[in-house]
Amino acid sequence: MQNHAHQSACQHARRNFLFQSLWGMGAVTLSSLLGPDEIVSSATADEREDPLGKRKSHFPARAKNCIYIYLEGGPSQMDLYDPKPTLNKLDGQPLPDSMLENMQFAFLQKETARIMGTSRKFAKHGKCGMDFSDLLPNLASCADDLCMVRSVHTDQFNHVPAQLLMNCGSAIAGRPSMGSWLCYGLGSETQNLPAYVSMATTGRGIPGGSASWSSGFLPSSYSGVLFGSEGQTVNNIENPKGITDEIQRSSVDFINTLNRQRVTQTGDSELVSRIKAYELGFRLQSSAPELTDLSDETQSTLDMYGFDRKEPEIKSNRGGKGLFREFAYDCLMARRLVERGVRVVNIIHSSWDHHSRLEPELTHNSLMADQPIAALIKDLKQRGLLDDTLVIVGSEFGRTPLGENRPGYKKVTGRDHHPGAFTILMAGGGVKPGFTYGASDDIGWNVAENPVHVHDLHATVLHLFGLDHTRLTYRVQGRDFRLTDVAGRVVNDIIA
Amino acid sequence: MDLRTVVGSLLMLILVACPVWADEAPNFAREVLPILSKHCFACHGPDEDTRESGLRLDTREHAIEELDSGSTAIVPGDPDHSELLVRVITEDEFLQMPPPETGKSLSNDEKQILRRWIESGANYSLHWAFQPIERPTPPLPKEDGWGRNEIDAFVQARLHAADLSPSPAASPEDLVRRLYLDLIGLPPSYEETQKFVGDPNDKAYEQIVDKLLASKHFGERWGRHWLDLARYADSNGYLGDELRPDAWRYRDWVIQAINNDMPYDQFSTEQIAGDLLTDATDSQRIATGFHRNAMANTEAGVDKEADRVVQTVDRLSTFGTIWMGMTVGCAECHTHKFDPLTHQEFYQLYAFFNNLESDKVVLGYHEQGAEDDKEAKRREAKIEEIVAKVQQDVDSLNPAQKELVDQHLQALAKPEKQRTEQEKEALEHWLADLPDETRKLLSKYEELASQRPTPIQIVAPAVQQRSKPRQTFIHYRGDFRQPTDEVQPGTPSFLPPLNSREEEADRVDLAKWLFHPEHPLTARTAANHIWQHLFQEGLFRTEDNLGVAGDPPTHPQLLDWLASELHENGWSRKSLIKTIVLSSTYRQSSQQTQQLKDVDPENRLLGRQFRYRLEAEIIRDVALSASGLISKDIGGPSIRPPMNKRLTSISRNKDWDVSRGDQRYRRGMYILFRRATPFPMLSTFDGPDSTSACAAREISNSPLQSLTLLNDPVFFECAQSLGQQELASEEEAWITELFQRTLARSPSSDELAASHEFYQQLLAALEDRKSSDLKAIVQDEKRGTSLIQQAAQVLMARSLMNLDEFITRP
Repeated sequence: MQNHAHQSACQHARRNFLFQSLWGMGAVTLSSLLGPDEIVSSATADEREDPLGKRKSHFPARAKNCIYIYLEGGPSQMDLYDPKPTLNKLDGQPLPDSMLENMQFAFLQKETARIMGTSRKFAKHGKCGMDFSDLLPNLASCADDLCMVRSVHTDQFNHVPAQLLMNCGSAIAGRPSMGSWLCYGLGSETQNLPAYVSMATTGRGIPGGSASWSSGFLPSSYSGVLFGSEGQTVNNIENPKGITDEIQRSSVDFINTLNRQRVTQTGDSELVSRIKAYELGFRLQSSAPELTDLSDETQSTLDMYGFDRKEPEIKSNRGGKGLFREFAYDCLMARRLVERGVRVVNIIHSSWDHHSRLEPELTHNSLMADQPIAALIKDLKQRGLLDDTLVIVGSEFGRTPLGENRPGYKKVTGRDHHPGAFTILMAGGGVKPGFTYGASDDIGWNVAENPVHVHDLHATVLHLFGLDHTRLTYRVQGRDFRLTDVAGRVVNDIIA
Repeated sequence: MDLRTVVGSLLMLILVACPVWADEAPNFAREVLPILSKHCFACHGPDEDTRESGLRLDTREHAIEELDSGSTAIVPGDPDHSELLVRVITEDEFLQMPPPETGKSLSNDEKQILRRWIESGANYSLHWAFQPIERPTPPLPKEDGWGRNEIDAFVQARLHAADLSPSPAASPEDLVRRLYLDLIGLPPSYEETQKFVGDPNDKAYEQIVDKLLASKHFGERWGRHWLDLARYADSNGYLGDELRPDAWRYRDWVIQAINNDMPYDQFSTEQIAGDLLTDATDSQRIATGFHRNAMANTEAGVDKEADRVVQTVDRLSTFGTIWMGMTVGCAECHTHKFDPLTHQEFYQLYAFFNNLESDKVVLGYHEQGAEDDKEAKRREAKIEEIVAKVQQDVDSLNPAQKELVDQHLQALAKPEKQRTEQEKEALEHWLADLPDETRKLLSKYEELASQRPTPIQIVAPAVQQRSKPRQTFIHYRGDFRQPTDEVQPGTPSFLPPLNSREEEADRVDLAKWLFHPEHPLTARTAANHIWQHLFQEGLFRTEDNLGVAGDPPTHPQLLDWLASELHENGWSRKSLIKTIVLSSTYRQSSQQTQQLKDVDPENRLLGRQFRYRLEAEIIRDVALSASGLISKDIGGPSIRPPMNKRLTSISRNKDWDVSRGDQRYRRGMYILFRRATPFPMLSTFDGPDSTSACAAREISNSPLQSLTLLNDPVFFECAQSLGQQELASEEEAWITELFQRTLARSPSSDELAASHEFYQQLLAALEDRKSSDLKAIVQDEKRGTSLIQQAAQVLMARSLMNLDEFITRP
């Protein structure tokens, strides 16, 4: 099904002549919109002509929606998820040369670097006894719903290449993001909202900007749509000042009346798509206020997400200040979007890149993120949405067990980028709950057990959505591209 | 078999250039090779590493060999004993090839073609695009007076074979609009259109063509097409996405070169190797800014060598896409799966680009910035004092040398690095001969002069050849950390030989090689690029790939004729464009009749023109033109129109200082392009992301586009400006005027009726609005007309600027 030979350069698809429903409007609605004469052949229009029409997966899917919480910069796994008692014992010691051979770091001077222990307290949580540090008490309370993978590894140690690999499957720019592939494979479940929404909460700014939710060479219909901050959705959703909904409605009607007159003159069915796009644009405008109106949420729900938490003072923070409410809002909005049929939601927070000041800043970021993410998982569960919704909490790499001794730093207070072994969390959508998978070695340097490469992670995610990562391809520049490049292996062990 | 399949199969038959008869041998290059390449080569092609069962089908020699298994894939003349056919037609899922789960199974037609091909002796021939270009003789034109030039003869012959006729010419209004949009990307005025409508003869048409080809906006329109290929952007991409404040110098070079109709061979050579040309001019060096368009990772702690390799591969891939029309980049990790390009040859091409390094062309100096006045005065006074003293001293020695002394003093005032070798030597001699006292004074002079604020250079990005060349090695599986054999610069063996001037070939040789008279790729690719921007689709529709896995051309002979025209006319692109737009083929109506839709829905036979949505930048230009706001200045630094600041604020490079004055009304191609946060309107309308060469833009249609045209502040400002122009007062008259200003035509009676109804709705809806709302709609309140009327005009203008026709090339 998914290997149309769309061929050409950058993005391709070209004009999808005949029908092109952007939010996936069906033929029935369309005929009522256009009148019977203008329907050319919608009944047989295939998915190529209807990029976001709902499509069948390769095999039965476990997950329908994806919420991907991307904590940009590389949160320190050994201070959050992966307890390393040995690390504390070896604190201040050098690593043997053999372990440093052929290793490259962004900043760390390996000749003089020393192992850095952690002051965090770890404990086992839930019936499953999953480890969490004291920075994540709320996530710890979801332990029995979480699947923790401690053996993820990547090929890249610089932010953007690693980020592109993690979010788009390749360190080379211009490839579609994972969310775009999911929408390409499965289409949209909603007619009123974009299939793929991105929300960004950022202190320092996201490296590479929109690359993380770009559709790359896939048609732009599969791109994530960036939402504004609280209460805002799509860019240009609001009428210019002074223009009422009534005026907007009659303007769209007038535009479509004149466009319809041209259909007969030109015989161009692309006009039918244009007419529909105006109708859908207006619908999007009409449904946005309901989406962002939180008055139907109870106070206890808002409290659970932590809308009105008090943020402690911090001198400076790479992850920004004053974002506690925004992050809580994004998490709640993710649930509301999934409820309304949005296929993929990205929540991006930037940044967790703690080269220095790890102690205060990681604490601050964790305080911001822990409660809302845990609330989201609980909320999805109690509404029966978690079974169908795959939640992923991850980053592009982890951090080094060695303290960062960058030249010019007075004290060692942080860790460098570490691609060798790091941790991600998953929940719902068919992954094993209360399950810890894979292991890093005693100091968290390398994977010791059950390695999961980024490509394997992607293969597994697609699998959960009923998609075979080797068959979900798109032809461009003479080659059938896929999310997993030429690699990837489904990690069956983490699938429930 | 449903009706669609029947129509589809009929179409297949019609579309094959020569009619196919059951007993005639299929044409290998056109019919058989595409099947083999699509279904078989991935596992049985040129790439040794992925070859299965030792079977190789891309050369006859290997395909007819007995395999280790004892069977033979192809037994010429004997399809039933050819394992290839047996495995392709079997129903047994364990034996069937390609394996059913790959979803690449052959259609019945394809199986038949293979059978007939093997029956006829299984002859191979070279892929069409690798064969030399021989100028084809056009078919005899039909005597129905339709055709105007050779292009029409080729097109009409194909149509005739399919029992179709060309479409009638487009209306004069559409023709003018099409020419304006295609050639300069700006809409014609109503008056210009009417002039032609009044007397639409061939001469008048040609005059419009000549005028537009000579317009300075031609270079903008066609320059932007080139910039898509050149992956031009104003920022580095990656983490910080730092701006490239001088990148526009290259953009302006492109506009100028295209306006001057710089021959395509020169145009290409200067971009590929301008720095290496003898006595390279500033302009030739600026052309090499082309290579600087590659993305650059400047993240702190970056692996510099890794990024350099990524950039070098990007430069080679871009070169391959633009000039060879081939997906060269596919051979980075392994031998190409479809085309005869080996892994080694990839690195031989790579070697040409492996010794590039950044350079800048210094074009002058900015005027001094402000500095502390007192301090400056004191210093300059001292300097003057010394100069007077020195001149006096020297004068007494040799009065004839005053001019020379001035020169020396000027040289001495420059920072040492900026002195030329000649100046340095002259200074040395001069100083040596001076008395100690004077020398002391001069050393004080030098010190004081060095305290002057350093002049800020005006520069353009360029490249130069590294002085210490690095060796090039094959990278095992594309990993530069695993170099294997060393290679020298060279070109693929299936193409004409490279002639190098010196022992080791350089980029100049590479550029010359592209324009070797027997090179089969360059002219075909270039002619296709031109065609595609006049018909939406190229003659081969995978515009970035004329290789084996690409789409075969719809009109191979026409393509070759155009390619040889281009070559024979001294590589003048303007002259080829003129030939094409003068043809009757180009002038056809774009109307899609039911017959054409049934028989040729994708218009592969060119029985009509194409009707398509304009590119992002041109949509902006059209709106600004209709509104009267447009500033038509050419070139200069990029601009920042108003936009939702949220979009840049999420990135590391957050600022978006909106341009002031006329700057904000400049054409879309001048909008600052930031790779990490592209201007949203450009992305929404499918502008390229500038990560790699873009040979063809997508044309999508989305609700976000509707919301942009309806609500975006830039477009609403255009509507406000248009609605507030001096318009007639009578209803039908002002509505007609708005149609003329937006669509360069008058409304039909149906359109007038609908407009009247809409106007009445607007009046009703506006009647009880607060005056602050009305003022917000009209922006600049005018005397003499009621606020409601002004608001209604703005809203009418806004709707007309949202019409499909407004943003469509007819």
